[in-house]
Amino acid sequence: MTDTTTETETTDNADNTGNTAGGTTRAPSRRSLIGWGGAGLALGAAAAGGAVAVARTGDDERPAAAAAGAAVAFHGVHQAGIATPVQDRLHFAAFDVKTTDRAEFVQLLKDWTAAARRMTAGRAVGEGAYGGLPEAPPDDTGEALGLKPSRLTLTIGFGPSLFEKFGLADRRPEALVDLPKFAGDNLDRNRSGGDLCVQACADDPQVAVHAIRNLARIGFGKVVIRWSQLGFGKTSSTTPEAQTPRNLMGFKDGTRNIAGTETARLKKFVWVGEQDGPAWMTGGSYLVARRIRMNIETWDRTSLQEQEDIFGRDKGEGAPVGKAKERDEPFLKAMKPDAHVRLAHPDTNGGATILRRGYSFTDGDDGLGRLDAGLFFLAYQRDVRKGFIPVQRSLATDALNEYIQHVGSAIFAIPPGVRDADDWWGRALFSEEA
Amino acid sequence: MRSARLPFATVAATAAALTVVTGCTEKSSAEGADNIIQVTATDSKCEVSKKEVPAGHIELAVENKGAKVTEVYLLFPDDRIVAERENIGPGTKQTVTAEVKAGDYRIACKPGMKGDGIRQDVTATGTGKVAKRDPRLDTAVAAYRKYAQAQADETIPLVKVFTDAVKAGDLEAAKKAYAPSRIGWERTEPVAESFGDIDPKVDVREDGLEEGQDPATDWTGWHRLEKALWQDKKLGDREKELADLLVKDLSDWQNRVGKAEITPTSMANGAKELLDEVATGKVTGEEERYSHTDLVDFKANVEGAQKSYELLKPVAQENDAALVTELDKQFAALNTLLDKYRTDKTSYDFTSYDKVGKADRKELSDAVNALAEPLSKLAAAVVSQ
Repeated sequence: MTDTTTETETTDNADNTGNTAGGTTRAPSRRSLIGWGGAGLALGAAAAGGAVAVARTGDDERPAAAAAGAAVAFHGVHQAGIATPVQDRLHFAAFDVKTTDRAEFVQLLKDWTAAARRMTAGRAVGEGAYGGLPEAPPDDTGEALGLKPSRLTLTIGFGPSLFEKFGLADRRPEALVDLPKFAGDNLDRNRSGGDLCVQACADDPQVAVHAIRNLARIGFGKVVIRWSQLGFGKTSSTTPEAQTPRNLMGFKDGTRNIAGTETARLKKFVWVGEQDGPAWMTGGSYLVARRIRMNIETWDRTSLQEQEDIFGRDKGEGAPVGKAKERDEPFLKAMKPDAHVRLAHPDTNGGATILRRGYSFTDGDDGLGRLDAGLFFLAYQRDVRKGFIPVQRSLATDALNEYIQHVGSAIFAIPPGVRDADDWWGRALFSEEA
Repeated sequence: MRSARLPFATVAATAAALTVVTGCTEKSSAEGADNIIQVTATDSKCEVSKKEVPAGHIELAVENKGAKVTEVYLLFPDDRIVAERENIGPGTKQTVTAEVKAGDYRIACKPGMKGDGIRQDVTATGTGKVAKRDPRLDTAVAAYRKYAQAQADETIPLVKVFTDAVKAGDLEAAKKAYAPSRIGWERTEPVAESFGDIDPKVDVREDGLEEGQDPATDWTGWHRLEKALWQDKKLGDREKELADLLVKDLSDWQNRVGKAEITPTSMANGAKELLDEVATGKVTGEEERYSHTDLVDFKANVEGAQKSYELLKPVAQENDAALVTELDKQFAALNTLLDKYRTDKTSYDFTSYDKVGKADRKELSDAVNALAEPLSKLAAAVVSQ
C-alpha cells in the first residue's frame, strides 16, 4: 500500500482496535482521519502500509474536533493504546512487584482496572478529588479535574520477571524472550526491565501523568515504580490531514508504520493469534520499549547530505533516495549499505514488521551542557523473535549508531483487552481455568 | 525539621473550646458562690466542694492542707490542661480560674508535683454542651499525652550527657551522645513542632535559616553542634554556649508538652507526618548530613508513629479492619527492614547512612511509601463512626 493520508479509504475499525464504546462506534468519515504516526526511530521502512488511522468519534458529527478531547473506549478485544491513533503525549511507567501474596496482587490488578476504567472515561478515581471526609486524603489527586478525557488510553504489560513470581513460571509465553544484547547497547539497569508496565497516552500530558500517578498511589505497598518516562511527540491529531511527525533529528518518522485501520496487517503482525499460544495471550501483543539517547548536538553539526545519507530519505519531503514523494516505494539498493531505512526495511529482514508508537523525550540535561534527549521507542508485535529482534540485529551496522545509544530496554507481554465491567487486567493469566 | 502543616495546635494558638485564663486573680470571690469550687488538697486526697458548676467563668479555690508542695490542674477528659497552678506550698491558698464551656472536666491534685495526680470528675452545666467523644479516644489521647511527656522527660538527661561532653570539649563522647539525645524529640516531633518557636531553635538545619539570619549568630541547636563535631571537628566557646542554650530550649519543650492540644485526628495525622519526615529528610540523608545518624532518627520517627497508631487501633479496627491489617503488616515490614541496619535489636547503633547505597535507600523509601499511604487514611478511620 502506498496510500497517503487523504487517499486512504476507511473501514469500520471497531474490529481492528477491538474497542467499542457502547454502540457509538461506527465507520468514521474521511474527515475524521487523523495522523497515524508510530514515532519509531525512523524504522519507517519496517512497515509497509499507509500512515493513517482513524479517530474514534462517538456520535459527534464533528469528528476531527471532537477527537481532541474524546474518550477512547476502555473495553474491547484488544487493549486500547496500541492500534488506537497515537495521542500527543506519553507517560510510561515500569513497576516492580513487592507483594508476595497472589491474592493481594490480583486485587491490585482489579483495583487498577477499576481506576483505569474511570480515568479513561474522564472521571476521577474512587470517590473523587474533593467532597469526601475532610480528615481523609481524597481518593483522586485532582490535577485532571476539568480536563477532557483527552483520548487517554492505559495499556498494561507483564515483564519476564513477573513470571518468576506467584507460581506463574509455566504460564510465561515462549515469545516473551529475554532480549539479547545488541551491538552498542549501554543499558542502565535502573532504566530497564520491570515486572509490570503501564503505558499512558493522552493528548494532554497532565491527563497522562495523572493516570500514572494515581495508579502508582493505589499500588503503594504492593508495587513500586522501577522507572518511568515522559514523552512528547506528534501534534497532528487535531488536523484532518495526516502529517508524519518528525523525530528530534528532524526527520519524518513512522512513514510506513502499520495503520490502525489495517485489520489484516494488525492481525498478521501485531495481535497474538489463537494458534500462537498461550491461550491467555490471544488478542494480546508484545511490547519492546527502548530508551534511545540521541547525541543531538553532534547530529546538528552533521552536513545535510550526510544526514540524508544516514537515513536514506531526504529531510524536507521524507522521500526515499531517488524518489520524489514521502510515500513512494523505497528502492533500497539506491541507498547507502548502512542507511537506516535500508537496514530496517522488512525486505532486509525477512518481512519483519512492527507497529511503532514511540515518543521523543528531553529529560533535562546531561550535566555536560547537552540536552538529555532522544527517542523513547515503543514497538508492538505479535512475536518479538520475528519483529524487533531481527530488525535490531540488522541495525548493528546502522550509520545512525554514531549518533544514538540504547540506554534502557524492556519487554512486556501485553494481555488482551478488558472485555466488560466484570473483567480485569490479567484475568485470563490469573484465572485457574485459563 | 519543622513541616509546613502542624497537626497539633497549642492551646493559645487555636480557637479552643474555651479561653484559658490561668493564674488570673482579678477578683476575689466570696466563698460559696456558684462558680467557685473549693479544692482541699492533702498528701493523699483531693476533695472538692461540688461536682457541678455553671459553664462560664469558674474558679478553683485551692488550699493545700498537706505536708508536700502540690499542683492543681483542671483537665479535659483527654487530659489536656485547661488551667493549672504549680508550686502550691503546704498551708497556702491559691486560685485557679478558667472560662469553660459546658462539658465534663477533671480536677487533679498532684502532691509532691509527681504522677497523674488524685482526680475528681466535675461537670460544667449549661446549654451547648460539648459533644461527647468515644471514651476510648479520650483514653488514647490521654495515653499519648503521657507518652509525649515521658519522651520529653527522658530526653533531658540524655541531652545533658551530650551537652556536658560538648562543654568538656570531648569530641568523641559528644559524637557518641549526639544521636541518642535526639530520639525522644524525633518520636514526638509533630507535638514539639506545634510550639512553633522551639523547633527552629533546636532542630533547624543550616539551609532552614530564614532570610537575613546569620548562621554564625542565629543558627542554634543540635544540627549546629552536629556540624561542629563532624565537619569542623572542634568545640569552642560558642559551642559551649550553644550546649547550654539547647538544654534551656528543650526544658521549655518539656514544660509545655502538656499544653499541646492533642486530638485523635492530630495523633493520626502526626503519625503520618512522622513518616513524611522520614520520606523527605531521612531517606534522602539530608537530616543528619554530617553525622549520618539518619537511621536513628528514622527509627525514632517510626516508633512515634507506631505509638499513635497502636493507641488509636481499637477504634480504627472497628471502622476499617482492612486498614488495620495493612498497617500492622507495613509497620512490621518497615521495622524488619530497619533491623537489617543494626546488629543488636535493642540498641540504636544503626549503620551510618553514608554507607547505605542507592539501591538500599530505594528499598527503604519503598517501605516508607508502603506504610505512609495507608497511614494517611488512619485519621478518617478514627473519626468516621
